[in-house]
Amino acid sequence: MTAPARPPAPAPHPATGPVAPRPTSLVDLLDRLLGAGVVISGDLVLGVAGVDLVRIRLHALLVSAGTAAPGAPGPDDGLPLAAYREEAP
Amino acid sequence: MTRLAYLYAVTGRGIRVPSPLPGVAGEPVRLREHGELAGVWSPVPAADFDEEPLRAHLEDIGWLERTARAHQRVVDAVSARGAVLPLRMAVVYRGEDGVRRLLADDHDRLHAALRRLAGLTEWGVKVYLEEPATVARPAARQQPSPRPSGRDYLRRRIHSREREEQDFVRAARLCRLLHAQLSRVAEEDRPLRPQHGGIGGGGGRNVLNVSYLVAREREQEFVTRAHESSVPGVRVEVNGPWAPYSFATPGTAP
Repeated sequence: MTAPARPPAPAPHPATGPVAPRPTSLVDLLDRLLGAGVVISGDLVLGVAGVDLVRIRLHALLVSAGTAAPGAPGPDDGLPLAAYREEAP
Repeated sequence: MTRLAYLYAVTGRGIRVPSPLPGVAGEPVRLREHGELAGVWSPVPAADFDEEPLRAHLEDIGWLERTARAHQRVVDAVSARGAVLPLRMAVVYRGEDGVRRLLADDHDRLHAALRRLAGLTEWGVKVYLEEPATVARPAARQQPSPRPSGRDYLRRRIHSREREEQDFVRAARLCRLLHAQLSRVAEEDRPLRPQHGGIGGGGGRNVLNVSYLVAREREQEFVTRAHESSVPGVRVEVNGPWAPYSFATPGTAP
């Protein structure tokens, strides 16, 4: 049996109207809820973020603007992310 | 049983949430108002959310997922009714008074951030470089051939290297075009870390993972533009709408 060459069509996005609950991937969720762009592979072990998380009275909103962006790319993260903003006409 | 206060979000005074709205530990969510703000919180048992047990729980993927989804349900329910500053998961206070103190001490900053995010939602856009095997390239499956020579091996390596580079160049071009398109519709953007190891589903290599802040009335336009952008070998995925998690930290606007 030959597999179809095309990937499945993306799920429809009912993008209008109020926010509706819908299944979201856990990794996309944790990227946001942990605020640190957690890298997960297989076993899912929290690294530095875990330590950060358990601070009682964490002022999550008040992280100083000077800290690196939570998802700041590492050297081996694929495209140099800065590139996506270049050459905007 | 000692109880702590788990804080989900900060929103505007006077907002009404569905009742009862179950929190991360089952107990319904409550609102603590102060000034123009309201903290969205619920009581949680110290046996699960104090520092040590929480640290242990966070290593348990089942617990983490249940808790994260419960957190998100609460934030979404608030977000559907008004502007919201969604907090990072597991912000816990010793009691309700901790919530009040936060709202009092940082009232003006929080209020300014809340106003800035009114009417806006977050959308994730991920770009994947598809594995050669999943692209419509009739790559001859290597038969169990008589042992390939070293030269064959090298030639294949060079060939596949060149192909990867072409795909990469194409992906880079698409990322720039896509961003140029999307940033005409979006208010702001934030890079997230690309997701490794096939964890994002779908397959392929995630080369770009960006969150955009989009006005509700432009969501449809945003999603349509993103979906129209895939090219052969490069897949674009959109997720959302989210409460504006990636944009909620005051003072990081570009």
